[in-house]
Amino acid sequence: MKAIINVSLKAGVLDSQGKAVHHALSSLHFDNVSDVRVGKQIILQLNETDKTKAMQDVTIMCEELLANTVIEDYEIELV
Amino acid sequence: MKVSILQFPGTNCEYDTQHAFEDLGAATQIIWHKSDTIPSDTNLLVVAGGFSYGDYLRSGAIAKFSPVMKAVKEYANNGGKILGICNGFQVLTEAGLLPGALKRNDGLHFISKHHHLKVQNNDNVFLKKLNNGDIVNIPIAHHDGNYFIDESGLRELHENNQILLTYTDKHGKMKNPNGSVESIAGICNKEKNIFGLMPHPERAMELLLGSDDGVKMLQGFLES
Repeated sequence: MKAIINVSLKAGVLDSQGKAVHHALSSLHFDNVSDVRVGKQIILQLNETDKTKAMQDVTIMCEELLANTVIEDYEIELV
Repeated sequence: MKVSILQFPGTNCEYDTQHAFEDLGAATQIIWHKSDTIPSDTNLLVVAGGFSYGDYLRSGAIAKFSPVMKAVKEYANNGGKILGICNGFQVLTEAGLLPGALKRNDGLHFISKHHHLKVQNNDNVFLKKLNNGDIVNIPIAHHDGNYFIDESGLRELHENNQILLTYTDKHGKMKNPNGSVESIAGICNKEKNIFGLMPHPERAMELLLGSDDGVKMLQGFLES
């Protein structure tokens, strides 16, 4: 199965890239955008059939390496 | 006095650091990241600047799993002194040896220039040769130097005099180049044996090259 992990800065942590992108979208006259957050997506191909085990492992991967939980949140989707 | 300097793939300040400490009379040794020990006669371990592992994922994030880092943690837990400069500071926060994290600069640019810093707490081996309130002029060169810590962490830094240096103008007025919380440029741990800063004192060793304010900082370690 595949694990799709989205990592983004926590709410409350200023996202300078998001602000810059928002500014650029405003320059393009997209006035209906109220906020932009820029994150990253990490896609893992897992040799695992047990979803519970996969979720446990990927959570540890996120906590220890893939996200820095001081400043970032992560979301895991298994497909 | 023996200074051991860590070298990861992508480290690029190890030889400047070596030159700076040898100029001050210390013996130095460069330690490749695959080593699983820190030389037992080490008085100071420096995690030098650069771009360990190409800054992939996050600055310092991959380096924290290098073989040598286990020995670094043991050395730290035994009270050994560590100085992390620039990428070294990032590695130490990623490894959990110092609190907080370093984010992308608010202006999104890589900043490379001399910057004034104000000494906030000199009750430690690193800054003991300077006075609180002193202004030093030290080069900065980073893309991810925007220091972040949450409110309770910040309170703890204040309570334990862990804030070492803040970015200012030459008169000591706060001037924040990168968006760091309270303009923080460097901190230490509660026990005051682990130090981290984004500016490069090892690049401020000769007036001919713009400043020798780094001498007094690095000398602190040699006299302990």
